[in-house]
Amino acid sequence: MTTQLQNDFSTMKPNRPWRPTPRKMAEDFLVIAIAAVLSPVIVQFTGLAGISGNVLTFFVLSLVGSIGISYSRQGRKAVGNAVATSLIYSSFALVMLPLASILYTVISRGYQSLRINTFTQDMSLTQPEAAFDQGGALHAILGTLILVAIASAISVPLGILTGLYLTEIKGRAENLIRFLVQAMSGVPSIVAGLFIYSVIIIGSGGHYSGFAGALALSILMLPTVARTAEEVLKLIPNDLREAGVALGATQWRTVVMVVVPAARSGIITAIILGVARVAGETAPLLLTILGNNTTHFNPFDAPMSALPLYTFNLFRTGLNTAISRAWTGALVLMFIVLVLFIFARLGSGKKK
Amino acid sequence: MDILKLKGSGQAQTTSEDKVAKPEISSLASVAADRSESKGDFVPRRPGAGLEAKGVHAWFGKHHVLANVSLNFPSGTVTALIGPSGCGKSTFLRTLNRMHEFIPGAGMAGEVLLDGTDIYKSGTDVTKIRLKVGMVFQKPNPFPSMTIGENVLSGIKLAQLKVSNKDDLLEECLQRAGLWNEVKDRLSAHGGSLSGGQQQRLCIARALAVKPEVLLMDEPCSALDPGSTLRIEETIRQLTESVIVVIVTHNMQQAARVSDFTGFFLSDGGPGQLVEVASTKEIFSRPKDERTEAYVTGRFG
Repeated sequence: MTTQLQNDFSTMKPNRPWRPTPRKMAEDFLVIAIAAVLSPVIVQFTGLAGISGNVLTFFVLSLVGSIGISYSRQGRKAVGNAVATSLIYSSFALVMLPLASILYTVISRGYQSLRINTFTQDMSLTQPEAAFDQGGALHAILGTLILVAIASAISVPLGILTGLYLTEIKGRAENLIRFLVQAMSGVPSIVAGLFIYSVIIIGSGGHYSGFAGALALSILMLPTVARTAEEVLKLIPNDLREAGVALGATQWRTVVMVVVPAARSGIITAIILGVARVAGETAPLLLTILGNNTTHFNPFDAPMSALPLYTFNLFRTGLNTAISRAWTGALVLMFIVLVLFIFARLGSGKKK
Repeated sequence: MDILKLKGSGQAQTTSEDKVAKPEISSLASVAADRSESKGDFVPRRPGAGLEAKGVHAWFGKHHVLANVSLNFPSGTVTALIGPSGCGKSTFLRTLNRMHEFIPGAGMAGEVLLDGTDIYKSGTDVTKIRLKVGMVFQKPNPFPSMTIGENVLSGIKLAQLKVSNKDDLLEECLQRAGLWNEVKDRLSAHGGSLSGGQQQRLCIARALAVKPEVLLMDEPCSALDPGSTLRIEETIRQLTESVIVVIVTHNMQQAARVSDFTGFFLSDGGPGQLVEVASTKEIFSRPKDERTEAYVTGRFG
C-alpha cells in the first residue's frame, strides 16, 4: 500500500527550542546587573579605587555569579563552561578597550583641524602654526598612495610566487626559503630603512626618493604576503590539484586556473595584511624619502612625504596647531587603510 | 604466493561442463550479467587499441605496495578491481594515468601500454597521457571557483584544447553523465551548490569533456546514496560504447552489476598482488582461487 506524502504544512511555524527561555535570560541579566550595582558599593567600602578597581570587582562578581547560576542549573560540569565563557567575553572586552580608545582619540583630536583643504593643499606655502583653513596633507596622502602602490607592485607578485613555490613546487630550497621568509619578517623596520639608505641612497650620492622608500617598504611587506599566501594555499585541498592535473593540464595551468582562484579570498587577505604592515611605517621612510612639503608626483627624483612621516614631523615641532595637524594626518592615514580594506573585501567576495 | 594470472578477454569464456560441475557459490553470480559471452570474441576497433599493464610494481618510498600486476583492458569493456583495503587497487589505478608519481616518494616498475606505446617511455608528454586516460576520484571534487558549466568545460581550458561548439559539448557531456535534466536551468550556479551525487556526476561529465579513451574511477560511488549510485552505474554501462572503464570498488554488487571483467587484489602483509582476473560472471560464480571465493562470498576481508 502506498500513501501520498502530505505536502501541506503551511500551518506549521518554526520553533527554536534551543534558545534560552525568558526566565534564563532574566537570570543571566540579573547576575550582570547585580554585579554592576554591587561593585561600586564594594569599591566604596574597601581599599580598591578608580576605574580599574571597579572593573576588577565587576569581573570577579560576575564570574562568581555565573559560576553559581550555572552550578544551580546543571551542576559541576557546567561550571567549567561558565568560567571559560566569562573569560572569553572579558578578554574580548579587554582587547576592544584599547582599540576603541585609539579610534576615539584619533577621531576626536584629528577632527579639529580636518578641513577640505586637508585633501587639496600641501604645506609648501603654509607654516604649521597657520590657521587650519590653510595648508593640508595632500602631498603626504599622495606620497603614501604612491609608496604603497609601488611597494605592493613589487611585493605582491613576489610574495604570491614565494607562497606558490613553498606549496606547489616544493623545490629543493623549500625549507631554506621558508626559513629566510620567517627571518625576514623579524627584520626591524629601521634596519630595512638603513639597508636601502646604505645601498641605494649613498650609492646614488645622497639622492633621496620615493622609490627608495617603496623599496624599503617592500622588504617589510614581502614576508607578510609570502607567509600568508603560503598559509592560505596550504588550505586548498590536494584533490583539486589532482583533479586539474588528471584533466591533462600542466601544473602551471592547474595552479593559475584552479588553485589560485580557489584561494582568491585568502590571497586578498594576504595583500591586505601586507599593506596594513607598511602603510603606517615611519622609521624606514625617515632614511629614504626624507620628507617634503610640496606635492610631488615623481617617485624617482626628489624627497617625498608620506602620512606617517608628515605626522611625525609635525609632532616634533611641538606647536599646538602643528600637533593638531599631525592628529589629522593620523586620522587620514587610518581612513585610507580602512578604504583600501573595504575595496579589497568587496573584490574578494564571491563573483556572481 | 601463488599468483594466478589470466589475460582478461582470452580466458573469459567458460565451458558448459564447468557450469555443471560447480554450483554457483555466490548469490552475486546471478547479478553478474554474463557479458563476457558476447565480449569473448571482442574485436577492438583499432588493432593495438586499448590499455595494458605489464608487470607493474609500485613503491611509496621504500615501501613496496604493489607487485607484478599484469592486466589487459580491451576497448569497450568495464573492468572492476576488487579487494580489501590497502591491497594496492587505487595505487594500481593511479599508475595507469601517471597520477601515481604525483605523490612524493612514489616509485614504479613495469610497463603500461596505451595503444601499444608505453606511457612511461622517456620523453612522453604526461599531460597528453592524462588527457587520454581520465580519472574520477573517490570524493567529488568540482572546482569551487567555477560554475557548473565552467566545471564541465574546465578540461578544455586547462588542457588548451579547441572545441568548435562548446554548448553542444556541454550538453552532450552532462547528458552522458546523467545530469543534464537536473542542471540545465542553472548552469551558471556554482558546482558546490549540487548534492554529493550530482557533484560526482559533474566530475564524470568534466572527465568526459576532454574525450578520454580510458576512464579510471576510484570508488566513485563510495560517498553516494543508492539512487545516485544506480545512475552512475547506468552511465558507466553507456560509456563502454566509446571508453574503456576501470573501476575500483568495495561494493561487490556494484562490481557484479557494471563490470565485464573483475580483478581481485590481495596483500598478505607484503606488496599487494593480483590474485585472479576473469570475467565477472566467473569471479562471482566459479572463482579459481579459494581466496577469491572467500572474499566474494564475504568470508573474509
